[in-house]
Amino acid sequence: MILFELYFIFLKIGLFTFGGGYAMLPLIQEEMLGRGWLTAAEFLDIVAVAEMTPGAIAVSNATFIGYRLAGIPGALATTLGLISPSLIIIIIVATVFKKFKDNPLVRRAWEGIRPAVVGLIFATVYSLGKEAINSVEGMIIAIIALGLVAGTRLHPIFIIIISGFLGLGFTYLPLSHLPSLLPF
Amino acid sequence: MNKKRLRDLFIIFFRIGGFTIGGGYAMLPLIERELVLERGWLSEKEFLDIFAIIQGIPGVIAVNSALYIGYKLEGISGAISAGAGMSLPPVLIIFLVIRLFFQARGLPVFEAFFSGIRSCVVVLIFWAGYRMGKKAVVSGKSIFYTLGMIVGLEVFNLHPIILIIIAGLAGLIFAEGEEKKTDDTI
Repeated sequence: MILFELYFIFLKIGLFTFGGGYAMLPLIQEEMLGRGWLTAAEFLDIVAVAEMTPGAIAVSNATFIGYRLAGIPGALATTLGLISPSLIIIIIVATVFKKFKDNPLVRRAWEGIRPAVVGLIFATVYSLGKEAINSVEGMIIAIIALGLVAGTRLHPIFIIIISGFLGLGFTYLPLSHLPSLLPF
Repeated sequence: MNKKRLRDLFIIFFRIGGFTIGGGYAMLPLIERELVLERGWLSEKEFLDIFAIIQGIPGVIAVNSALYIGYKLEGISGAISAGAGMSLPPVLIIFLVIRLFFQARGLPVFEAFFSGIRSCVVVLIFWAGYRMGKKAVVSGKSIFYTLGMIVGLEVFNLHPIILIIIAGLAGLIFAEGEEKKTDDTI
């Protein structure tokens, strides 16, 4: 049954997301692209929509993916799956461990997990980038986006929209032959 | 159990969840203003403690904050009210947007626009990793975890969850776990 499967996949994702929305993306990518349920392009479109709309990004992602795969019931299955482990963990933490964050075991586990998640995100960037940035135009847009995100305080939404217009420009304006003149 | 407060928790988190673009960390100042400064339901210290605890719990930061605060104030019903309030807006908004999205899909203009956006999203994910890395990868030892993850994924084709578990266990065994100010803001 796809609904149960979606629920448990997202339960697993919620349980092993350490570090918020972006740390969740590699797990979603592994589960969805690995099963062939989404393509890299679809996945990136979904992340873009989630980033541009209000609300918790991870919830938007889960809702979108669930809806895309199994309509409204699918969206509810993924979203509830994502949240259920948190509810249980929080009740346990709030009642049992008064000093959860100061617990040396928790702190030591995090010391290993945190840098590992960084590696996980970079590996995801590499595999998504290989598929999504496959033209000189795409490369130029990526470099401009990186310049904007690193060098300005623009909200990511604006950088996403600017990149969208660059995509339009490269497709419809005569400057689309320009990259072929560049030396790389 | 205080019914009015349950309803208020739902409404407050619905409002915060429905009008904040940018995810969990962007919401924390709003939560602080509503619950600490305006209503006095939590003290500043309690709020900071909750913020610290949330960072140690897996899952969605925004939803976890709502669940934890709701639980602290009104038990399980409070957690459910606040958590539902926080989660509903993105669900409803995606339901509205998704039709437009699928109608637009396939239009050449849309494809051109999203071809640009896809490159950008890869960069945004990279940047999130870079900023996390600046805070998390601070020693020779931590680089080992980062590289270990990459090798595990790319060379041994292991599932990321297995590798996260291994990293956590390795941390338990090898990390010093010394007290330090961490800030996981990404």
